[in-house]
Amino acid sequence: MSMVPDLVKKDFKVIGTRVRRPDGVDKVTGRARYGADTNAPGQLVAVVLRSPHAHAIIKKIDISKAEKLPGVKAIITSTDLPDHTNGDRSMRDILENCMARKKVLYDGHAVAAVAAIDAKTAREALKLIKVDYEILPHVTDVDEALNPNSPLIHNDIFTDGIEPKPTKPSNFNKQAEYGHGDLEAGFKEADVIIEKSYKTEQTHQGYIEPHACLASVSPDGVAELWVCTQGHFVYRNHCALLLGLDASKLRVTASEIGGGFGGKTHIWTEPLALALSRKANRPVKLTMTREEVFRCTGPTSSTSIDVKIGAKKDGTITAASAELRYHGGAFPANWAEFGAMTAWACYDIKNVKSVSKDVVVNRPKTAAYRAPSAPMAAFAVENTIDEIAKAIGMDPIDLRIKNAAREGTKSSYGPVYGPIGIAATLQAAKDHPHMKAPLGKNTGRGMACGFWFNFGGQTCVDLNVAPDGTVTLAVGTIDVGGSRASIALAVAEELGIPYESVRCIVADTSSLGHNDMTDGSRGTFSTSMAAIFSARNAVTVMREKAAKIWDIPVEDVIWQDGHAKAMGASRGNLSPLSVKEIAASAGSTGGPVAGHAEIVADNAGVSFATHIADAQVDPETGRTKITRYTVIQDAGKAMHPTYVEGQYQGGAAQGIGWALNEEYVYGANGRLQNAAFLDYRIPVCSDLPMIDTQILEIPNPNHPYGVRGVGETSIVPPLAAVSIAVTNATGVRMHHVPMSPPRVLKAIKTKRG
Amino acid sequence: MSSHIKTIVNGDAVEYICTNTESLLDVLRNRIGLTGAKEGCGTGDCGSCSVIVDGRLVCSCLMLGVEMNGKSVETIEGMANGDKLHPLQEHFIDGAALQCGICTPGILMAAQALLRKNPDPSEEEIRYGLAGNLCRCTGYDKIVRAVQSAAKEMRG
Amino acid sequence: MLMAKEKGAAYILAGGTDLLVKMKAGILEPDLVVDIKHIKGMGDIKKTATGFTIGAGVPCVAITESAALHKAWPGIVDAANLIGSKQVQGRCTMTGNLCNGSPAADSVPALVAAGAKVLIAGPKGTRRVAIEDVPTGVGRTILKKGEIITAIALPKRAARSGDAYMRFTPRTEMDIAVVSVGMNLTLDAKGVITKARVALGAVAATVILVAEAAKAIIGTKLDAAALAKLAAVCSAACKPIDDKRGTIEFRTEVAGVLARRAAETAYARAGGKR
Repeated sequence: MSMVPDLVKKDFKVIGTRVRRPDGVDKVTGRARYGADTNAPGQLVAVVLRSPHAHAIIKKIDISKAEKLPGVKAIITSTDLPDHTNGDRSMRDILENCMARKKVLYDGHAVAAVAAIDAKTAREALKLIKVDYEILPHVTDVDEALNPNSPLIHNDIFTDGIEPKPTKPSNFNKQAEYGHGDLEAGFKEADVIIEKSYKTEQTHQGYIEPHACLASVSPDGVAELWVCTQGHFVYRNHCALLLGLDASKLRVTASEIGGGFGGKTHIWTEPLALALSRKANRPVKLTMTREEVFRCTGPTSSTSIDVKIGAKKDGTITAASAELRYHGGAFPANWAEFGAMTAWACYDIKNVKSVSKDVVVNRPKTAAYRAPSAPMAAFAVENTIDEIAKAIGMDPIDLRIKNAAREGTKSSYGPVYGPIGIAATLQAAKDHPHMKAPLGKNTGRGMACGFWFNFGGQTCVDLNVAPDGTVTLAVGTIDVGGSRASIALAVAEELGIPYESVRCIVADTSSLGHNDMTDGSRGTFSTSMAAIFSARNAVTVMREKAAKIWDIPVEDVIWQDGHAKAMGASRGNLSPLSVKEIAASAGSTGGPVAGHAEIVADNAGVSFATHIADAQVDPETGRTKITRYTVIQDAGKAMHPTYVEGQYQGGAAQGIGWALNEEYVYGANGRLQNAAFLDYRIPVCSDLPMIDTQILEIPNPNHPYGVRGVGETSIVPPLAAVSIAVTNATGVRMHHVPMSPPRVLKAIKTKRG
Repeated sequence: MSSHIKTIVNGDAVEYICTNTESLLDVLRNRIGLTGAKEGCGTGDCGSCSVIVDGRLVCSCLMLGVEMNGKSVETIEGMANGDKLHPLQEHFIDGAALQCGICTPGILMAAQALLRKNPDPSEEEIRYGLAGNLCRCTGYDKIVRAVQSAAKEMRG
Repeated sequence: MLMAKEKGAAYILAGGTDLLVKMKAGILEPDLVVDIKHIKGMGDIKKTATGFTIGAGVPCVAITESAALHKAWPGIVDAANLIGSKQVQGRCTMTGNLCNGSPAADSVPALVAAGAKVLIAGPKGTRRVAIEDVPTGVGRTILKKGEIITAIALPKRAARSGDAYMRFTPRTEMDIAVVSVGMNLTLDAKGVITKARVALGAVAATVILVAEAAKAIIGTKLDAAALAKLAAVCSAACKPIDDKRGTIEFRTEVAGVLARRAAETAYARAGGKR
């Protein structure tokens, strides 16, 4: 059966309807089970000892007293996690991040873990573990880390991407470059050139559910892990590798997930729970505290970005360049490179270049956060675009439309675009009533664009038709925002049966082949594609059965409106067979009806959005209130429009939080000062207005229904849109997010002189 | 030290033994088996453990299990009337007022407490009434609308 | 007596919204916790001949629901309505807010401005102490071992007087005051301020009563010059620190801004027209 997306279907029956999600009742009645809601008989409780130092050598760990505490069943340190990574640097980094080996690299880095009969005993045991540290100087700032004299975090990092490759180790792990054309010539053509520098602070995904898992390892190497994760197959693969288990013997069951946004794509404590369970030969439950979540998991990079744009008086951007410096926390990564790739993606620019510099600092290992790295780049680029539009006296939206990338544009990061929606979202913004609405006192309006690649990846599903004709679809991608409903809609659409006859479940890792994580906005995109193919395969099976029942060639059986129908005038007396009737015939027609699909969902279809923000700034305190907000984004095809809106609104709210108040505050001692929801200020309900949405549908030709990923792009424009609004409200350009009241007030006062 | 506590949970008489430092949240989740209330922070900053004790909305993480003697607690597990969902529950599902759902039990309890006090709240009153409940998925828009539409239905 | 006899660390449990957080973080490991909510009178708001008494076990939500307090002391009710969330207000008490010893405690500047007193009971009998004298430093109070606060006493609302409490927080709710101001003003028949009490929170180790700020507006009708002077005096009285919640510069500046705004509200509540 074809695994190639065919022509985009247009006459949908159920796709695009706003059905009830299958997990809804469980979630409103408290019945849904999340990471911490599963227990096993005889389970132990585990807690983790974490470094209070940003950078130190572990000279000695003495667990002798803790081991003797009654009720303590197992204690592990890095010696219980021997290195099985075989020279794979990224896996070794994950191992070292899960448990410090010779050095601690950030405040909160794990050094030991205890499993005991209850939490109280486990916590008492932690106090009895003595760690002898030799404190080293630390660096937490991204620009300082680039200074060759900054404290060296790893002695085996030699900058990649620089010729000749340095022979001296440093904190600068990678440089990369993207773009095309002749920058120098482009800037010469420009009538106006603006050059500015920007900074963004580190933020956390801020999911409300702390990481939690229950691990059970038997002495024969058979293991179970129940865990909240965005990718249970990836967790399975990584944990098995780090523990020296066969992947097939470790069955991972994903709980409902209480938010992830990229933060649950990485393992942290799961290998520790498994190692403790193996050592104690008992199930072990490990739940992070909120403080641990902030100190040890998640965060984004903090960044420092320089942007230079040249434009003609008519608004044509002649040249654009950027240098983007991001950190990966204490381990090498390529977050700046993502920033460099996304920075100019909205625009068609003849001469363009971006250079990325990735560094390591003494902060927790950076994790993906919804369109990782793109919001910061957009903040810098869009502010500079706004400034250049003002400099030449052109409406910023017109300048963007004039320079917008279109189908056939060679993107700044390489590929040539297919059908894309940036110009359409800009035009929709220009035409939106929000753009013309009057502004109140001390209020400014800002707009900005954003881009995200989207991702497809490995996906497989298993469709089974029950004897009564209802359908179960087992998928291996975690549902983070309602994808089970969307995917069930796809199956119902293909088979021609009611949505209510399809149940979509997330299967465990022993029941399906490997699936990539729910990241890159791939959940609904790739899984619906696999689901459509599996349904089509099931249709083939059902047509064959109908052919058998009718004793006619299978080529003469078509599938229409949920029924097998016999073609041809002479067969008018053969009444169509429903899914139910065919399923009931399974015993005499060769067995049950099933459909499978195993795919790599390529060409996810890039995504663009334009946001409009109104911000009211108290000129005496610097406090900003968002008074109106509109998201316009291309969804390709919105399978379930309500859930698409939900993604738009959620991303915008996170971006507003980042723009205004969310930031990691590190003390001079390298310790995180605000590891709590009280002082890490994500927006509360009374902080936000309604968030208006407009869904555009420019079909992705690489998906059978035209779907594009929708989850991430919505966090890309807000930092820029809100900061431009604040700039327009105060008359001061904001170069640093979050625009916390002290920063805004200082900027206003500096301007006043 | 432990205590023997007699209390009412969602209308049913319940007895339990808990240590004197155990939170009501831990008692509900670990001793009574009601895991609908969630621990998002343990410090009263997220509201996902919200329950109603003797008519008052509280964070169950900030209350001791031993304080419950003779009191009555309502949790999310008791919100529906048999197999009939509460209008708030219905409107949360219909209005997609939840995505991951981890904050949902707490928000529903807070919304319930709000509507008992104020059956016809303005948007602003809803927003302030739910300010103690963090949601990271929805941007609150659909939550506020679901409370509005449920309130309207409940007013009849 | 229990409190006095306990050799180890003894703590009062009223609302528990600070105590349980500290216990969870391992900052406090009590040997004895005494729940005072069942002691007679601790849960009552009483109207007395001299004003009101608010028992040490009264949750803030009960204060926000009291029509009499709303009418007499709206600034204090506003403060009670800002401590934590609705959930937290279901438990937390003003006395606990005071005894926690935080300079950022929302109710304290409002109580100081009101001229409220606490009733302290201990092994040696009872005493009354002005609110501003209770905190002695961050996390510290004048309470001696075995002593507890049983109630807060509020004076009667004087004629032509009004109070206000305002705080600055980056978020609208669920936040700790970066700066806060309590203000209580009494006017004469012509609208001239005759008495004023101005308290600032989160700008020093304890909430401070700023006598110079009162002087700056007494004898005025809160004209622009008086407001400017009030702001300047309040800013000058600040001795804040730089921390994760705000800078010295920001706190100093915004203390003046809030003092002005709180004065305007209190003046209007006192019936003054400007």
